[in-house]
Amino acid sequence: MNQFQYVRPTKRQAAIDAVAKDTTAKFIAGGTNLVDLMKRGIMTPQKLVDINRLPLTKIERENNGLRIGALALNSTVADDKQVREKQPLLSLALNAGASAQLRNMATVGGNMLQRTRCSYFYDLAMPCNKREPGTGCGALEGVNRMHAIFGFSDKCIAVHPSDMSVALVALDATVQVSGPRGNRSIPFADFHRLPGDTPEKDTNLEPGELITAVVVPDGPFTKHVHYQKVRERASYAFALLSVAAALDIDGNNTIKAARLAMGGVAHKPWRLTAAEQALVGKPATEDTFRQAAIVAMQGAKAFKYNAYKLKLGPNTIVQALKTAAAA
Amino acid sequence: MKEQAQDKQIGAPMNRVDGRLKVTGAAKYSAEYEIPGITYAVLVGSTITKGRLTSIDTRAAERAPGVLAVITHFNSPKVPGFDTAGKDPSQPATVGGPLKIFKDDLIRFNDQPIALVVADSWERARFAARLVKAQYAKEKHQTNLEANAAQAFLPTSAKKNPKSPMADYQRGQVDAYKTGAIKLESEYVIPTEVHHPMELQSITAHWEAPDRLTLYDKTQGTLATRRDFAREWNLPEENVKVIATFVGGAFGNALHSWPHESAAIIAAKVVNRPVKLMLTREQMFTMVGYRPYTWQKLGMSATPDGKITAITHESIGQTSTYEEFTESTLAQTRMMYQSPNVTTRYRLAALDIGSPIWMRGPGEATGAFALESAMDEMAHLLNLDPLEFRLRNYTDQDPEKNKPWSTKFLKECYQLGAERVGWNKRQLKPGSLRDGDWLIGYGMGVGTFGAHRGAATVGAQLLPNGTVLLQCATTDIGPGTGTVMTQIAAETLGLSPQKITFDLGKSSYPKAGTQGGSSTVNSVGPAVQEACLALKDKLRGIAASSNAAFASAKKEDVTLTDGYLTVGGNAATRVAYADLLRQPEAATAVTVEAKPGPEGQKYSMYSFSVHFAEVRVHQLTGEVRVSKLVSCADAGTIVNEKTAGNQMKGGAVGGIGMALMEHATIDDRFGRYVTKDFADYHVPVHADSPDVQVAFVNQPDPHVNALGTKGIGEIAIIGVAPAIANAIFNATGKRIRELPITPDKLI
Repeated sequence: MNQFQYVRPTKRQAAIDAVAKDTTAKFIAGGTNLVDLMKRGIMTPQKLVDINRLPLTKIERENNGLRIGALALNSTVADDKQVREKQPLLSLALNAGASAQLRNMATVGGNMLQRTRCSYFYDLAMPCNKREPGTGCGALEGVNRMHAIFGFSDKCIAVHPSDMSVALVALDATVQVSGPRGNRSIPFADFHRLPGDTPEKDTNLEPGELITAVVVPDGPFTKHVHYQKVRERASYAFALLSVAAALDIDGNNTIKAARLAMGGVAHKPWRLTAAEQALVGKPATEDTFRQAAIVAMQGAKAFKYNAYKLKLGPNTIVQALKTAAAA
Repeated sequence: MKEQAQDKQIGAPMNRVDGRLKVTGAAKYSAEYEIPGITYAVLVGSTITKGRLTSIDTRAAERAPGVLAVITHFNSPKVPGFDTAGKDPSQPATVGGPLKIFKDDLIRFNDQPIALVVADSWERARFAARLVKAQYAKEKHQTNLEANAAQAFLPTSAKKNPKSPMADYQRGQVDAYKTGAIKLESEYVIPTEVHHPMELQSITAHWEAPDRLTLYDKTQGTLATRRDFAREWNLPEENVKVIATFVGGAFGNALHSWPHESAAIIAAKVVNRPVKLMLTREQMFTMVGYRPYTWQKLGMSATPDGKITAITHESIGQTSTYEEFTESTLAQTRMMYQSPNVTTRYRLAALDIGSPIWMRGPGEATGAFALESAMDEMAHLLNLDPLEFRLRNYTDQDPEKNKPWSTKFLKECYQLGAERVGWNKRQLKPGSLRDGDWLIGYGMGVGTFGAHRGAATVGAQLLPNGTVLLQCATTDIGPGTGTVMTQIAAETLGLSPQKITFDLGKSSYPKAGTQGGSSTVNSVGPAVQEACLALKDKLRGIAASSNAAFASAKKEDVTLTDGYLTVGGNAATRVAYADLLRQPEAATAVTVEAKPGPEGQKYSMYSFSVHFAEVRVHQLTGEVRVSKLVSCADAGTIVNEKTAGNQMKGGAVGGIGMALMEHATIDDRFGRYVTKDFADYHVPVHADSPDVQVAFVNQPDPHVNALGTKGIGEIAIIGVAPAIANAIFNATGKRIRELPITPDKLI
């Protein structure tokens, strides 16, 4: 196999230094994606900096929100009492992802940093600008039934595969990072990038920056929430398309606040702010949901094999909102 | 403790004799043999689809740590059997032959092996394999069946023999459906599906001497594998040993000898050490067969009162450019329903892909998707219940061969299944039943497969410890062969199953056919029975010298219990094994061959099944849930209802995959699969399958063999996919004629 160094620092700064000083180094936590990519030769880091010994697993209250450590396991977060009470949408989205075995290994930070599952990215013999800039996008005129309908470029039409991130972008989370130049917070919606001319960059993390936590602010979305994931089998499959929906409905069945995001449609989890605005102040009825779904799909554009998403998108939004309202 | 021999072993739901070995990991599969000096090999595949290999740079790979050899067509030793001209007689169902690996520079399909790296560890071999760089002269390739349908041709076997099952078939008038009163004409497509048994295709090749070869191989036929590789190396068959004691599923993909097996043998010659070669999951898509992409057109006409007047069924299946693979896609259409006019036309399209191979319920499962969907379409046109429509066209004798069925209890299956699924809840009008956003529908599909039987030989011996050892070269790819053979022997001998050992999976054992085509119990079962009877007779003969009761006894009446031989269990006649075993060893051993007789000339022999599905389809998201699945079979005598039920359930779950999710897709621009792992190629998970209900008619067929068995493996899946597709139509009014039925097709 490819030779690589392996270090396991116990101090945050040592971990950051190890990656910041070596462009061929990568952090590794659960390894549920990186190890696969290394086995296939898609990613070939010369050094792995194992961060599992850093104290980043806690889930705790912080300034009217929940601070979830980057190393908290997906299964731990999904089952956490505070998460289920304060942010049930996050719990639902996590449990819709992967399999029980993977959720027991995968971390919150790693989940956000999953690479796309585009088949062209995964095949070294195929063109892919994300894997090998300049080689072209295989999916653009290829088998693109899993691909993007929003925010793509002619360089890349891949989608981000995370379920958890769809919920986090809807919930206005922020990502806390530490790097060579100190700490900073990144709004979740700005964490992932659109492909543009540099599809090889999935996120706005700077070299050496380490995700330390995700903070989810408290909100009114503790009851009327739903994560609707449509896939080709009942479990353990990436989404054809998914919708995270959260509603705050008053006693007159009027929507006071709404959050809506889609997965499987863009290079990043796709927040639907215009559709949210179309929901607020309206009665929580199927008709309202249909109107919002039309707004949500504005600007969507399909390729040869993914035109079904133009219909599946609004249908799934309606289904997610109906289920959330009835919850 | 005294072990009580049960009278009735056949039919008992006995646990698997090797169950504990399998669940504890003690069962050894072909890649798990550790031979001193073993080496590891990894194949490098072509990244183009058609053309020539102009150069290959192996220097970096050769210099990589631990590498012992890099083999390509430039340096491969000559495989003597590769030069034998003409078609390979070892492949009766194919014309042409398997790819002759490392023989020339021609690239015939994408991921065709072009090099093999052998190293002292698998990891090192895999690393070095990535360092091999090839240059090609590319040619234009064809991987799309529809684009090549105009070039489809009649298989060579049909050209040579107009009576071949692949030849055009006609009864009554040609294409008579076109002038029928009520008619339909529909096209159906099934995509390429890949077997994907849990165990990857693996082989360990060991030249124990320059002319003696031992193969630990994943194969469904130890003797077929022995024959193929003895021929490749011009060796007497007895110089080649094939060992396949455990096989972790196969579903047909180990019915053929594949290039990676040849490669491992070549490599073992080159490095002069044993070589282990295990394919990757990606390579399982490209080089060890698949169920071929098939286009079908079915025309049918019927009278207003629901009698079929004509069926025309055409198909084009894909094959490779170097091997003509054929399967019985149109067989069920010729014999299942009473129609005076039937036309079938089978064609092939040769594409730049690897060869297909039979996949569970092979062509019949493909054909049944078209036929049984069309039956549902016609029933809908006639405003008839699909079950009633099938009953009105039931055949009491084989309309193709004009012979009586050996047995046929399909009506009984219909009744059993309809009751269990709650068929009376089905509404004629699609879209009538719902539960919130979920639309509910019911559908059925029928399956049939020939009750094939071949010759088989079994050795049986009474051992000094009072147990009986049976041996046969058959394999057990998962159905529970060892278990049911133990039961048959126990019942025939009157001995407890714990006192019987059935050894299988070695080419050195007495002959049996390949495990495929639902034929093992039909063939090996009677051989076990006859060997056990012969053993009893032999023992009776020995006992007769000291005990008069045995001299006049019939072999059927001799019983083996608890260390003694008796006549009919009569204690007064007891003769101790110990006394019998004072004879030389050979005297207590027999080897018996059992063969089918002339019954096949007189009767038409088939197993039958019907599958009933209840589905729920979400009207907004198009997701399908199979909420009930009931499979009923007329498979003759059921030797073990547990292992037989297990086969039926496995087939039904395979049918869910076929109906709803399995599709191996090629990007035709590159000729490469874009679905090449389990993230892209979906098979059902537990949540996709209801608790499949299985019912057997369990009536013996007196003509196939003395046991009355007919075979289960194929009919378990044949008809499942159309049952689900028909249920989806009943739920939604949407008729999906291209599998799999994914959510995008239903919104």
